[in-house]
Amino acid sequence: MGKAYERGQVVEIIHSVIDKMEVSGASVDLFQQIKELAESINKLKSDISQGGAYHLKNKDIPEATDELDAVVDATAEATNAIMNACEEIEKIAEKAGVKGISDETGKIYEACSFQDITGQRITKVIQTFKVIDSKVSHIMSVLKEQVGPIACLPEVEDVDPDDDSRLLNGPQMADKAVSQEDIDKILAEFDN
Amino acid sequence: MAVDKNMNILVVDDYQTMVRIIKNLLNQIGFTNVDEASDGKEALSRVGSKQYGLIISDWNMEPMTGLELLKTIRTSEEYYSDVPFIMVTAESKTENVIIAKQAGVNNYVVKPFNAETLKGKIAAVLGEF
Repeated sequence: MGKAYERGQVVEIIHSVIDKMEVSGASVDLFQQIKELAESINKLKSDISQGGAYHLKNKDIPEATDELDAVVDATAEATNAIMNACEEIEKIAEKAGVKGISDETGKIYEACSFQDITGQRITKVIQTFKVIDSKVSHIMSVLKEQVGPIACLPEVEDVDPDDDSRLLNGPQMADKAVSQEDIDKILAEFDN
Repeated sequence: MAVDKNMNILVVDDYQTMVRIIKNLLNQIGFTNVDEASDGKEALSRVGSKQYGLIISDWNMEPMTGLELLKTIRTSEEYYSDVPFIMVTAESKTENVIIAKQAGVNNYVVKPFNAETLKGKIAAVLGEF
């Protein structure tokens, strides 16, 4: 057993430590900042242990990059359709001897170059997401030993039947989207 | 009975490009009295001041969605509650279609759509024209 101190001796020791901190320039403010830093680290560990980082890495970031890829694909497809139509218009105009059409279709071709620019910008954003993804992976691996197994968010969340916000999902990926034909069948069942 | 092409039609969408596309399409098929609104709340104020023969609305808008607009119209004594309503939206989940139908939608067009599809759905609701 270690040495037992009287209450008065403990108080004296504490005062001595504080006096030394002030003498050495280590202010109480610095101590407070270190304490706040420690609390931030503990909160980060808690957030990670509650599955936030897992959700970000395995759901949010992949979904975001998938959506952006879909944007690039869709704009490319639309741009090609526009330019194909312009080419047909030019052919028809040439056969009909109509002048001036190519000037206007030329403007359309120029405007369609937007797809190239937006595609490049979106690709940059996707690359940024991948950098964020790798940073999150690194943080998770560094803190894994302290935090323990990284928890996953529950798959099923409580649904409020009166909350229609769950219906706002936006365009679905092509392999998951319900077709107009399927929608027509659903509507037809109500009429039967 | 022949469809009255002079009827007032309201197009509701927060994307001006989509409003323009639908208005141009309606003009092509002979409907020229077309008003527009950028969300459900603005649409509701228009519905309160003019009788429309058809409403074509997007779903995902703020501050009022197309579904909220539909429900408000269908349950209101103030507005013409039976006005034909076509939802034109990117929301394509089965649950969305069912809920819209239960709320009283007359037809449902999923984006992206082509002119023939939209014309067909308008004809299905109003009658051939």
